Amino acid sequence: MTDFLSDKDRIFTNLYGFQSAGLDAATKRGDWDNTKRWFENGPDWVIEQVKASGLRGRGGAGFPTGVKWSFMPKEPPADRPSYLVINADESEPGSCKDREIIRHDPHKLLEGALIAGYAMRARAAYIYIRGEYIREAEALQRAIDEAYDKGLLGKNAAKSGYDFDVYMHRGAGAYICGEETAMLESLEGKKGQPRLKPPFPAGAGLYGHPTTVNNVESIAVVPEILRRGSGWFSGFGRENNHGTKLFQISGHVERPCVVEESMSIPFRDLIERHCGGITGGWDNLLAVIPGGSSVPLVPAAEIMDCPMDFDGLRDLKSGLGTAAIIVMDKSTDIVRAISRISYFYKHESCGQCTPCREGTGWMWRVMERLVTGQAEVEEIDMLHDVTKEVEGHTICALGDAAAWPIQGLIRHFRPELERRIAARKNAMLEAAE
Amino acid sequence: MPKLTVDGIEVEVPQGATVLQACEAAGKEIPRFCYHERLSIAGNCRMCLVEMEKSPKPVASCAMPASDGQVVKTNSEVTRKAREGVMEFLLINHPLDCPICDQGGECDLQDQALNYGRGRSRYQENKRAVTEKYMGPIIKTVMTRCIHCTRCVRFAEEVAGVEEIGAVGRGENMQITTYLEQAATSELSGNVIDLCPVGALTSKPYAFESRPWELVKTNGIDVMDAVGSNVRYDSRGPQVLRVLPRVNDDVNEEWLSDKGRYGPLGLMKRRLDAPYIRENGKLRRATWKDAFAAVKRGLSGLGGEQIGAIAGDLVDVESMVALKDLLAQLGSSRHECRQDGAQLGGEISGVRASYLFNTGIAPLETADVVLLIGSNPRWEAPLVNTRIRKAVRRGAAKVFAIGPEVDLTYEAEWLGGDLTVLGSLPQAVVDALKGAERPAVIVGQGALARTDGAGVLAAVETLVRDFNLVRDGWNGFNVLHTAAGRVGGLDIGFTAEGGVSRILADAESGALKALFLHGADEIDAGALPGVFKIYVGHHGDRGVRHADVILPAASFAEKDATWVNMEGRVQRSNRAVFPPGDAREDWAIFRALSDVLGSPLGYDDMDALRARIAREFPLLADEGLAVVGWDSFSIPGRSEVQPEPVRYSFENYYMTNPVARASEVMQQCSEIILHGNEDVLEAAE
Repeated sequence: MTDFLSDKDRIFTNLYGFQSAGLDAATKRGDWDNTKRWFENGPDWVIEQVKASGLRGRGGAGFPTGVKWSFMPKEPPADRPSYLVINADESEPGSCKDREIIRHDPHKLLEGALIAGYAMRARAAYIYIRGEYIREAEALQRAIDEAYDKGLLGKNAAKSGYDFDVYMHRGAGAYICGEETAMLESLEGKKGQPRLKPPFPAGAGLYGHPTTVNNVESIAVVPEILRRGSGWFSGFGRENNHGTKLFQISGHVERPCVVEESMSIPFRDLIERHCGGITGGWDNLLAVIPGGSSVPLVPAAEIMDCPMDFDGLRDLKSGLGTAAIIVMDKSTDIVRAISRISYFYKHESCGQCTPCREGTGWMWRVMERLVTGQAEVEEIDMLHDVTKEVEGHTICALGDAAAWPIQGLIRHFRPELERRIAARKNAMLEAAE
Repeated sequence: MPKLTVDGIEVEVPQGATVLQACEAAGKEIPRFCYHERLSIAGNCRMCLVEMEKSPKPVASCAMPASDGQVVKTNSEVTRKAREGVMEFLLINHPLDCPICDQGGECDLQDQALNYGRGRSRYQENKRAVTEKYMGPIIKTVMTRCIHCTRCVRFAEEVAGVEEIGAVGRGENMQITTYLEQAATSELSGNVIDLCPVGALTSKPYAFESRPWELVKTNGIDVMDAVGSNVRYDSRGPQVLRVLPRVNDDVNEEWLSDKGRYGPLGLMKRRLDAPYIRENGKLRRATWKDAFAAVKRGLSGLGGEQIGAIAGDLVDVESMVALKDLLAQLGSSRHECRQDGAQLGGEISGVRASYLFNTGIAPLETADVVLLIGSNPRWEAPLVNTRIRKAVRRGAAKVFAIGPEVDLTYEAEWLGGDLTVLGSLPQAVVDALKGAERPAVIVGQGALARTDGAGVLAAVETLVRDFNLVRDGWNGFNVLHTAAGRVGGLDIGFTAEGGVSRILADAESGALKALFLHGADEIDAGALPGVFKIYVGHHGDRGVRHADVILPAASFAEKDATWVNMEGRVQRSNRAVFPPGDAREDWAIFRALSDVLGSPLGYDDMDALRARIAREFPLLADEGLAVVGWDSFSIPGRSEVQPEPVRYSFENYYMTNPVARASEVMQQCSEIILHGNEDVLEAAE
């Protein structure tokens, strides 16, 4: 029997907005409780705690958060301050966790920003929020204003003796601005196009200053990790995949939801317990995209008992991504679904580098023909070849993200693609007779 | 000094070098489209991908810093596959219109497609088409061919300093444009044509003119300003079809001003191709024999100081020496090259360094404080302006300027137009100059070509002493010239006391009876009744209006010639085409005329003439920049600097000399860019 996450272990206690998001209610839930005590042992102690907790970045790549912070300069000169940038540009299709945090539990994020900012010796945090999140941006700004009013941010933030500012910046609706370096460009007022790395943001980021970019969830869980201890957090999940995680289940389940669960929970348990099962029962499950649109899909048989964590899904040649689980039952036109995802990447490619600019459009057009079977069988191999020419040859990961869903489709549903081509050929032959 | 291995060859490269440069050091050629040595690194074309050990993905070599122990493979399967992939992507939406593309034969994409392209396309979908963008009279666009390397965008922003070219849209809808589709308002816009690796941006005036392999390429020196840019004249038959910059890091790097590029297209217009004699107020086409006879008649009985000569801005050293010698035979030393009346050199300041751009063009980019005095370098010498801009962009240089406020493409602190401020500089300027390690003062012709010009020069000389502008390894005293022939003229002493104004005054009063106008079109010689005027030159411009005899000469592209740029750099240009019709090389005209006048000059060919020049002016004997020592100079009897506001040398960048005025492209630029009159293009169609 799986150990489900008990209510006392939940970090996001107002995930569903049953209580107010305001500062008073948040304080009652335990936020901002004596925050200044985390400043007593120095920033390196905070980083050690986060490292020990095993927290891996919640934005998709899963890089250990504490390690990332430790790349920041230990003594930034006064004329070259460091910055924390919080990525709230949640645009990955399927992903909707940061939105819940921001609109119902924003003070977790702000308190986390202060502590994380202190740990990495940052002068200020910039929260880059997705442009379409209008109400969320309002809620976040309200929370920031409240925190400033109460002296929790700004000069001598939360009486810690540390000066720290938090600014919210609204995006303008480009998916690519969720890529960390494109986000920095956008923050600087330029066109959102990813930068070349190196230099990495920790060396030269926002305005050329050392910068760390973290996901909303990564930052929002930090205060609770410190309060309850890193051992508590690392008590969840398998080795290397610790902690609790917000899973976002959408698609063909009885009750789609965002839910906080322990890492490594088997897929079947997650769906049964929180989503009321697959529509039409487990036999009706076709495939699952386990981490947002950019990871390859996993067919039903492989995913059912897979532990939902970074390594478990990597072994299935997919990924946890943001844990945005898109469930598709057998009523799904899987080719059309992937084709739609291809269109998304074609639409969102920034156009900077060649393989992605030209390749995404090409892949989408071939996919569109494959939907109706209007293609040759050899073109499946050609399409796979094209995805390989895009993958790994671009500045940022959008090229990879455009290539992987198609690779997943070809890997697992090639017979379906061939069937459609053959069916169309037959239909044409019959019509000609 | 990182050491790395490229294809098994160990190379050591300077700190800060990229992997691409390391590969080149190892003798491996890396294909590239977006990378350019003189622009910032974009890393977006992905053509330069190479396999690197310990890296899971191939890396963009143009952007990857070289570091110790890297092992790079430029010819491996992974590298080759990556490049072939990129090439395929570049070609799927690129039109296969090479046969009608002006870039054909000198196209990077064409060349690389030969190495990395597939035999046939796997792309079955419709190709993308992009509407043309209007970029002015110089740049022709075929944007369907664009491969989005953004070289043009980076050039405009970084070198030219006009943020007028950019990319709009994203993904496959990204388009390069001038946003509002206006003409690019830069004096350097033509360079994006050279930078464009494909045929997206090509030369509008050169459209469908020729193929590169049909052209004869001749090395020349640009004479449209005094920078002395190294150029290549591409000609076919009698016609110079285009002008391209040559690389010279000391002078023009690899850029060329728009005037240098398209001014010479005026060589086919308004040419003097036969001698003319004025009879009964009308010009009559004549033979050389008749023309020389007319000159002889006009000069008969005159002697010594009754004969004068004024040389124009586009006259080379050899021609001026020949004219000077001819005048000497006639007993006169009234020869003058300072057409605009600038008070420097000659009787004003004998020291050579007093009229040179002593800092040098390339070292100027290391200056930390620049004071511009009556000079608008953006128009007077665009490629000097880029150096100042570079210094400013590096974050080190502070620029102060005296003169009417203009957009210099970088920030400058304006001190007003009153030159008397030189005597009492604001404290901020004094502090900056005092604290500077490499201060440069640049005085323009606008400040010197005034009645108090000598006073201005003296005031600047005072700055040299007050602020110690000349120090070990650095000379911060600079005169910015606008005329290509000027420094050469000053070097050979083609000056006369009192300058042009005294010559004209004497002509007015009758003390001067005959005047040679050697390509002199920028002065108002007027009718000057009673003065016998001989015009020697190549264009029917202002100078011929009142001439009594016209002797057609060769232009700068039609003769071997020596030019001295504003730094004092001696450069030689070669003949690209022959002069049209009966026109002859200038020195040969003076040599022939001397025969007719009875005392032949002592040289019969160019070698002899050059030997004669080398004897008297050893500085001009060889090409290159001779180091001239600094000597403080004093200016006798100088006038006080007047509070009258200073003006710049010219009011229209595109129309500064007879050749540029004859160039249709320059006329269009002037109309469209300076006067906002877009109708001329339609009228021309």
